[in-house]
Amino acid sequence: MKTRLACLLALPPLLFLGVFYFYPLLSIFSMSFGIEGFGDTGGISRLVHTDYYARVLWFTTWQAGLSTLLTLVLALPCAWVFAHFDFKGKALIQSLTTVPFVLPTVVTAAAFRALLGTGGLANSALMHLFDLTLPPIRIDQTVWFFLMAHVFYNYTVVLRIVGGFWARLPENLTEAARMLGASGINVFFRITLPLLMPAIMAASLLVFVFCFTSFGVVLILGGPRLATVEVEIYRQAVHLFNLPMAAALSVIQILFTFGLMALYTRFERRAAVSVMPSPGGNALPRPRTRIDRMVVGAGILFLMLLLGTPLLALIVSSLLTETGVGLTYYLGLLENKAQSILYVSPLAAMVNSVGFALAATLMALILGWFSAAFLARPRGRTAAFFDPVFMLPLSTSAVTLGFGFIVALDEPPLNLRTSFLLPAIAHALVAFPFVIRSLLPAWRSIPHTLREAAAMLGASPWRVWQTVDWPILSRALLAGAVFAFAISMGEFGATSFVARPQTPTMPLAIFRFLGHPGAMNYGQAMAMSCLLMITTAAGFVLLEKIRSVPGDF
Amino acid sequence: MMKKIVMVLSLMVFWAATVSAAGNKPFVTLMTHDSFAVSQDLITKFEARYGATLKILKSGSTGAALNQAILSRNNPLADVFYGVDNSFMSRALRADIFDAYASPLLAKIPDRLKLDPQNRLLPVSFGDVCLNYDKNWFAGKQLAPPRGLEDLIRSEYRGLTVVQNPATSSPGLAFLLTTIGKFGEDGYLDYWKQLRANDVYISTGWSDAYYGQFTRAKGGTRPIVVSYASSPPAEVYYSKDKPEVSPTAAVLAPLSAFRQIQFTGVIKGTRKPELARNLVDFMLSPEFQQDIPLQMWCFPADPTATLPDVFRKHTRQAKDPVVLSPEAIENGREDWIEAWTDVVLR
Repeated sequence: MKTRLACLLALPPLLFLGVFYFYPLLSIFSMSFGIEGFGDTGGISRLVHTDYYARVLWFTTWQAGLSTLLTLVLALPCAWVFAHFDFKGKALIQSLTTVPFVLPTVVTAAAFRALLGTGGLANSALMHLFDLTLPPIRIDQTVWFFLMAHVFYNYTVVLRIVGGFWARLPENLTEAARMLGASGINVFFRITLPLLMPAIMAASLLVFVFCFTSFGVVLILGGPRLATVEVEIYRQAVHLFNLPMAAALSVIQILFTFGLMALYTRFERRAAVSVMPSPGGNALPRPRTRIDRMVVGAGILFLMLLLGTPLLALIVSSLLTETGVGLTYYLGLLENKAQSILYVSPLAAMVNSVGFALAATLMALILGWFSAAFLARPRGRTAAFFDPVFMLPLSTSAVTLGFGFIVALDEPPLNLRTSFLLPAIAHALVAFPFVIRSLLPAWRSIPHTLREAAAMLGASPWRVWQTVDWPILSRALLAGAVFAFAISMGEFGATSFVARPQTPTMPLAIFRFLGHPGAMNYGQAMAMSCLLMITTAAGFVLLEKIRSVPGDF
Repeated sequence: MMKKIVMVLSLMVFWAATVSAAGNKPFVTLMTHDSFAVSQDLITKFEARYGATLKILKSGSTGAALNQAILSRNNPLADVFYGVDNSFMSRALRADIFDAYASPLLAKIPDRLKLDPQNRLLPVSFGDVCLNYDKNWFAGKQLAPPRGLEDLIRSEYRGLTVVQNPATSSPGLAFLLTTIGKFGEDGYLDYWKQLRANDVYISTGWSDAYYGQFTRAKGGTRPIVVSYASSPPAEVYYSKDKPEVSPTAAVLAPLSAFRQIQFTGVIKGTRKPELARNLVDFMLSPEFQQDIPLQMWCFPADPTATLPDVFRKHTRQAKDPVVLSPEAIENGREDWIEAWTDVVLR
């Protein structure tokens, strides 16, 4: 009885996936594989006749693995700092780390090039300082350039998921170990790390899958010699219109990530340890000693260098006009110079972006909540199967899914192809795996005994939920909401392949500016990017505010 | 907390209502790529004249938009499509998604732009993809700017050029087609080999090249870029202080540019054939034709349309652009790109 009830929890997300993921995907696959005769099915033989695609798959895998590893190594120390100290501006800095998430690839690339490109700031400074004739930093169009960008984008995933979890780890275990004479390193590797494992793994999975399906970053910063599976799918589907090949590659991509995630799920379930967490988070100390201050300072400085400088470069480009520093580009945004129907006032773009993002966030939170509630049950065999299923949308090629929408959602009651809801749905599809991964480690860490004790003491189920579950989960839910919001603001996933009526968003406005020559266009693209960053950060603050009074209903 | 949630939710409902609001008037839908643009008052005129609302459905890049139109052919998303170009034309015609319509306004359009004798696709505008260079850079270095494709492989021009990858970019493909038109199918790879030896930079797309590598961009180091004949006037138009001369120039010598012709067509299966034809006529009308340059930064198909000053002053059309038939392009595209990739990237 209880199990059956629990399975009901899986119903909403499965229904959603069925209609907006599996149905479109199967439609486009069945169309591609010959039923209607698009392209040449025989072309698929190329898949096995050359080793090109095997190499693409191998490259995609190792770059995603390396990106994940780099992000982890660079983000864990800062996660520790954020989990152990309270300091001025902490909330703001944490919000800012998530801002890179929303920046269009072209814009990020521009920022990175302005700093580290052949003619960038770092090179000009070095050439000037040491009287060099050739730029010393030459990482443009190399693996290193896009690996850096992957770290730039994904840093926040590790910081938020691991940092949030770390802050709630009870101190008594580590203190006890230390009292018993264990060294600091020993305590970390034998106690802290195992306890952190679920969160680290959840974050790693998200980063890995994200980098695995990386498209623009690899293309633009990595150069034309490097291609991920996603890039190949796009090329086959859009440029060559070889749908059988695109579909075959999509299937490979999906099966491959599904296999990896199934493996991962087994590990993760084994790694989950329930500990008595400190519900409100440990009351964090301010850095008092000189060493504390230095550690916190170093952490912030590192964040500023890694994430802050590219963002700063964008702000500078938006203010530095042809005739000196000024607001010319921002004012230009307000002016419909060509009287074009496609002019978007920055306010309208902002309202549309936020509207889509809130709608997508709401959907993602509801779906993610149900999924996590279902998956968090101990020893559920069905859950072990469905966990990777819920992650699939994140690892599916955007163009495949986008074309699937066109083919599948064309008849009432699902005639959504031109509905304004479709972009929000597409965003929610990509975002709800983030909500699941944010929620699960927290959910699994709640000890049963805690709930049972509360119930035994006479608390109603509602009261148990309110006093035990909610305080622990709300923080994780917030992290999930922040990711969902950011994903939608940045227009991830299939939306770029969804036809849409005149509801222009901020990223679309940026692309429009970057489509024509001229200093004003470039400047306005930068100005719009800065507005996008500010709006996103404001959205995070809003989300934080909504959560901030726990148990107030 | 409940209050705040209710507030956010009601704001969202309000937003959804404004976004999805639709009038009772009949409407006609134009499916197009992301670079489509037109003046507001022209739309108003069209809507007043025909008593219908015009919906514009943007669907990504040219290739992505066309593919979506093809995929939805059993249940069309729109009544009219704008933006098929000659490199995708053959695909569109093979998929048989357009109805023939011999608009009376075609009479004014030169025959060399009409590539479909059955008039399923009608030419509306065209752009010349060609080399652009940074005038100041060449003046400063006292080096003569390039006059044609041959110059790019000379040693003085080593490391000066950025072109787009034809596998991922439409001007990139156009430039590859230019080299095929100029040097022939036997000679173009040889040219690219030399270009590679001369340190050409391959970028992913136009924005990435123009705003990333071209010397006009911040931190850019290459003064020659593949762009459009309309880019020099755009540089003037989109500059705060409107210089007398454009900072860039286009190389328009014979056989050094590729003409991308953009076509429109009535989508097969439309339920509003009458309105759809009206919309096609509207796009070929003098008002719309004259609106094209400053909105979409390409040339109107109708040669009698008046060009804006900024165009007349700062650019010309390519004299003798490369001509390849749409069939030849569709048949050759995959192999050409593959061969190009082998020679230039591997």
